[in-house]
Amino acid sequence: MKISYNATAQLVIALIVILVVSILINNLTLNLIKTGLGFNFSWLFRPASFALAEHPLPYSPSDSYAWALFIGWLNSLKVIFYSLLLSTLIGTCFGLFRIGKNALLRLVSAGYIAIIRQTPLLLQLMFWYFVAILGIKKSIISPMGNLLSISNQGINLLGVTLSAEFTSLLLGLSVFTSAYIAEVIRGGINSVNKGQWESFRSLGLEESIGLYKIIIPQALPAILPGLTSQYLNLAKNSTLAIAVGYSDIYAINDTIINQTGRPIEAFIILLLSFLFLNLFISNGMEVLNSMVTRSTKL
Amino acid sequence: MRRIFTGILTFSMLLTGCVNNSVGTQSRLEVIKKRGSLICGVSGKIPGFSFLKSNGTYQGLDVDICKAFAAAFLGSSQKVQFRPLTAPERFTAIRTGEIDLLSRNTTFNLSRDSSKGNGLIFAPVIFHDGQGLMVRKSLKINNLEGLAQKSICVGSGTTTEQNINDAFESKSLPYTPIKYQDLNQVVAGYLQGRCAAMTSDRSQLAAAKSGFKNPKAHIILDDVLSKEPLAPASAGGDQLLSDAMRWVIFALFTAEEKGITQSNINQKLEIAKSNPQMKPLRRFLGIEGDLGEKLGLPNDFVVKVITSTGNYGEIYNRHLGPNSKVPIPRGLNKIYTEGGLHFAPPFN
Repeated sequence: MKISYNATAQLVIALIVILVVSILINNLTLNLIKTGLGFNFSWLFRPASFALAEHPLPYSPSDSYAWALFIGWLNSLKVIFYSLLLSTLIGTCFGLFRIGKNALLRLVSAGYIAIIRQTPLLLQLMFWYFVAILGIKKSIISPMGNLLSISNQGINLLGVTLSAEFTSLLLGLSVFTSAYIAEVIRGGINSVNKGQWESFRSLGLEESIGLYKIIIPQALPAILPGLTSQYLNLAKNSTLAIAVGYSDIYAINDTIINQTGRPIEAFIILLLSFLFLNLFISNGMEVLNSMVTRSTKL
Repeated sequence: MRRIFTGILTFSMLLTGCVNNSVGTQSRLEVIKKRGSLICGVSGKIPGFSFLKSNGTYQGLDVDICKAFAAAFLGSSQKVQFRPLTAPERFTAIRTGEIDLLSRNTTFNLSRDSSKGNGLIFAPVIFHDGQGLMVRKSLKINNLEGLAQKSICVGSGTTTEQNINDAFESKSLPYTPIKYQDLNQVVAGYLQGRCAAMTSDRSQLAAAKSGFKNPKAHIILDDVLSKEPLAPASAGGDQLLSDAMRWVIFALFTAEEKGITQSNINQKLEIAKSNPQMKPLRRFLGIEGDLGEKLGLPNDFVVKVITSTGNYGEIYNRHLGPNSKVPIPRGLNKIYTEGGLHFAPPFN
């Protein structure tokens, strides 16, 4: 009896949801047609006729808008991926410093986190770009001979050239996110019972081995969910690329809207591409999370 | 699955919120009159055209055009609210009705005018411009070819981006565009040495240069990459508003042609009143006939406009004349009787 009641309730709710969604979509389409903006995606296949400074795959202005958007998506992906690695690295270091025994490192780490978390990201990006990188002016700094050279045109590391725009976005996003990651790591490690530290110490294990073999595996289940949301934020924050002249998907979308006069379609594509990207990140992290949880439970 | 579904649901709700449900048949001109103020979209960042002064007021050619509209529509040039907009924002702002009209260095072209493009309707061109390039004198570059393989700072979301590409592509010259969202960033990127050159409309280059510490260290190349007729615009399909805008601008041109200025308008008005044989002047100033009414404006709208802003030449000289902070030679922007392109059809 109870089961059938539940089923009916669910069916009713499902019908209501479908009804509401269809009214909304219908309403939207009607309104779009009324304002002369009816849905139309055919412009996607017309030539873009604008050049791009950075493109991981071959691109020329005679390629389609769709291809330009895809290149923009790859550019976004590139900066998100590297920022993700770099911010995790920096964040873990500072997180560990923050709980370590060295008082100086603890202080430095606390200061770093405070400064980074209390200033807006947009401002930091502008700082990295216009002050730190472009401020180098003409002179080229080569601290490691031919291996690394830095100028206001970008960075050349082992023969790989990174543009000034990419470099500042990478640094800006990584540094900003790392401060949050450091706090997530600290919180995770603090969540492990103090007894665990005392027990591995009493067994005569070295501090670093104890940290990696005993404490971190237990802290991971607490760290991962926090880390996931930082990664998602990082992906979304990457759209601030437009402030430093990097051709990410948002910046390219901006140009396309202006050339085609199709803001709604272009924003739908933009939203879907981020939805897809972030679902991918959050599902990936969920898999990692379930692996970790299972292994600690064993 | 559930997550995707919830996402789509929220998303469609958001979208519906974007669209104004009350799309009526009422002209925007009626809305403006009812509101008692005109909402005018400007750039706010281009000296000489629209620039926010330190005392909080907007000044420039584009700004004065807004004031002329307000004087004609509402009887006072003070009844304007300015909305600073970036290049990519401007068309959405006008389509969604956030602003009444746009007076913001907007190039009149087919895609923007057509109902299946941006769907705007343009008023007459108020400034004939062309895209140019600015470089440092010290680089000794004097034409487009000299910029091959170099980085060029460009504002994104403008026709500039397409023109620069067309110019370089037609000569098969490779270049790297560094794109920024607004002109201030383009200027910063250029001044910080990220690019060998910056490109924009020549008027904007002149305006930007006027603010440099050492303007003489930079030159604007002779190459003109495009025609950039800049004109105010309003949403398409609203004849009442677009006609009114068109004739306010024609009134500014005609006043200059007839030698009617802010200082002599009252005198001219007296002359026209006491001389019934001066038909064209009487019609123009609204003493006889119903030209204003036909546009949905007061018959003396021309008088209101000239009293508050002066004629086109006066507006130009105030902001771009030889004694202004952004001197730009008038060139094509002279009235047609002096060899320029500004021409107004008759007020009949």
